Amino acid sequence: MPAVQETVDRVRRIDVDQYRYGFETVIESEKAPKGLSEDTIRYISGKKNEPAWMLEWRLEAYRRWLTMTEPTWARVDYPKIDFQDLYYYSAPKPKKQLSSIDEIDPEILKTYEKLGIPLREVAILEGVEPKPGAGSPETRKIAVDAVFDSVSVATTFKEELKKAGVIFMPISEAIREHPELVQKYLGSVVPTSDNFYATLNSAVFSDGSFVYVPPGVRCPMELSTYFRINERNTGQFERTLIIADKGAYVSYLEGCTAPQRDENQLHAAVVELVAHDDAEIKYSTVQNWYPGNSEGVGGIYNFVTKRGDCRGNNSKISWTQVETGSAITWKYPSCILRGDNSRGEFYSIAISNGYQQVDSGTKMIHLGKNTSSRIISKGIAAGRSQNTYRGLVTAHRKATGARNFTACDSLLIGDRCGAHTVPYIEAKNSSATFEHEATTSKISEDVLFYCIQRGLSQEEAVGLVVNGFVKDVLQQLPMEFAVEAQKLISISLEGSVG
Amino acid sequence: MALLEIKNLQVRVEEREILHGLTLTIDAGKVHAIMGPNGSGKSTLSHVIAGKPGYEVTGGEILFKGEDLLAMAPDERAAKGVFLAFQYPVEIPGVATMTFLRTALNAQRKARGEEEYSTPDFLKKVREISKQLNIPQDMLKRGVNVGFSGGEKKRNEVLQMALFQPSLCILDEMDSGLDIDALRIAADGVNALRSPERSMIVITHYQRLLNYIVPDVVHVMSKGRVVKSGGKELALELEASGYAQFEDAA
Ligand SMILES: Nc1ncnc2c1ncn2[C@@H]1O[C@H](COP(=O)(O)OP(=O)(O)OP(=O)(O)O)[C@@H](O)[C@H]1O
Ligand SMILES: [Mg+2]
Repeated sequence: MPAVQETVDRVRRIDVDQYRYGFETVIESEKAPKGLSEDTIRYISGKKNEPAWMLEWRLEAYRRWLTMTEPTWARVDYPKIDFQDLYYYSAPKPKKQLSSIDEIDPEILKTYEKLGIPLREVAILEGVEPKPGAGSPETRKIAVDAVFDSVSVATTFKEELKKAGVIFMPISEAIREHPELVQKYLGSVVPTSDNFYATLNSAVFSDGSFVYVPPGVRCPMELSTYFRINERNTGQFERTLIIADKGAYVSYLEGCTAPQRDENQLHAAVVELVAHDDAEIKYSTVQNWYPGNSEGVGGIYNFVTKRGDCRGNNSKISWTQVETGSAITWKYPSCILRGDNSRGEFYSIAISNGYQQVDSGTKMIHLGKNTSSRIISKGIAAGRSQNTYRGLVTAHRKATGARNFTACDSLLIGDRCGAHTVPYIEAKNSSATFEHEATTSKISEDVLFYCIQRGLSQEEAVGLVVNGFVKDVLQQLPMEFAVEAQKLISISLEGSVG
Repeated sequence: MALLEIKNLQVRVEEREILHGLTLTIDAGKVHAIMGPNGSGKSTLSHVIAGKPGYEVTGGEILFKGEDLLAMAPDERAAKGVFLAFQYPVEIPGVATMTFLRTALNAQRKARGEEEYSTPDFLKKVREISKQLNIPQDMLKRGVNVGFSGGEKKRNEVLQMALFQPSLCILDEMDSGLDIDALRIAADGVNALRSPERSMIVITHYQRLLNYIVPDVVHVMSKGRVVKSGGKELALELEASGYAQFEDAA
């Protein structure tokens, strides 16, 4: 198979300089002392001016964490992490209260500019700024919250959102300004005792985004958060909490990048979503943490707990993820379908290359009556990577009429990689209907040659075929991000930039 | 002037020699038909010209516009004007035909240092050609060849040929699977592309196609060699007497 072989060889040479987000920003930062202890947690909590209840919550999580051990069931292999060898908090200086974007360190603004993230409050209409008074209903705005290492550096469109009654702010601010909401919902979907990484996050999380959409409100724009790890030896532990009250709707997107470094960096986030009666939350992720170099050195360890609670009747939560980065991905965005007639969706594209290891999937837990869920997973493995889909679908005794449809397709590029599908299905209810389809195929030599004969390069051909393979999922992304994701998919398989 | 010169070409597939010293010269502007029994190496020849991996050239050479074709990567050959209409066009699920056409055309243009087509220009061009070929617009929105009938797949190949304007067109059994009307439409499309700069190799089993696309030269291939060449009347002769007479010559 020479054509495929050539691709495989090229892909194998994928190198650090091909990760285009791999630059480092030189800024002064302020860090907590290295290592983890109650003092570290008090330090973080103090930096954030947190109320006493928040510190207590963290300490309780920390004490619980001390009794826990790392999970080993995932199909990933990595040396033991020394949790005392990490910094748990890093903030860019100066730390004075920022009142507008103009006060942000220009170096940080430049970083986001390089990443192509619109921090300035500009409306986006297919890349063109709308003329004032043009009044196009198609004008799309995106509000951005940018998290740099441990702190949020800018949230845009705050005023406009406020008018609509939407709260979108760094969670550290929400803890001070909306304690009643945070106290009510934080940990209500992912309890502090949930799992090793979630518990660690509960103890040390430093920032992240908070969203509350009041009853009956359709959030007037896309909300978006960009996470950037910059500091060396720093873990990033962000915490996101999104609540859609009765009849509310919100679409939220997160993007992630990091500089290239020889050492591995830890990222352990927790995301909690709550959808009340008739509410809908659409959560999209484009994860492009540094994946490590061609020898498998460096890269982010991505251990993430994401869970949505369809708490109300007729509520809906939809996860869409495009996972191309990280040395190790351990991530299962899930839905608890508690309300009757609630619906959960999981659309995933997971691409692994080089020595990347991906163990990702979802859990659909059907508790309410007539709940439905849909899982579409596309795994693409190249290089020496391992790509596992792990999915759980359960229907409890009371979940009469539960329905699930699952389709898992894997595409292999070359013969040194692996794709695995591990479905767990439990129906404690005879009226549940679960359908599961899975396919694994190799990228076809004839299809590649057809494209190349028409003038595409080897790499363009692979990019095109793979983008076709994942199309069903790409369509789920908000339009602007679908285009970005499409490029990212080609880049992560090409082994060369542009 | 010769557009394509194949000299004493020897080709192996998986240790087995398929082409045993094939020689063929095609002048600019000429249409050559190649006929020959199943397994005689017609598709192999077209694949080697286009640069399909998996074939080992153990001897001989191919010159295209005087340049060493075998030294070029297959996408480079495409950009230089080599087009192969496949005997079995593949399906590419999830990639809209329109997207594919545009990506390929722009890739070729970029490789030649030409500017990319603007969207309106591109759409206009595609609409024009697809109308000529009787290809409905919504077919172009579907995945490349996905769910296309055999005839539609072949017409899609001719569409690409008309769009890319290559200088060498190789049509590998373009007529197989086409009904009479579709055959006429496709052949008209091909004839419209005949020009003093463009040469064609038309591979077929049936004389009928050559009534529509009238060749300048007809070659008979057998067991990996060209065993006879002649004018268009050679095709008629073959129709009457079959290939048996050439079996020994090979
Ligand atoms: N990949 C391959 N592996 C092994 N043998 C091959 C391969 N490709 C072609 N061949 C062999 O080479 C010979 C020539 O095949 P080719 O497809 O070129 O014939 P053809 O003249 O196009 O036939 P047809 O008229 O049936 O299309 C056949 O014997 C075929 O089996
Ligand atoms: Mg053939």
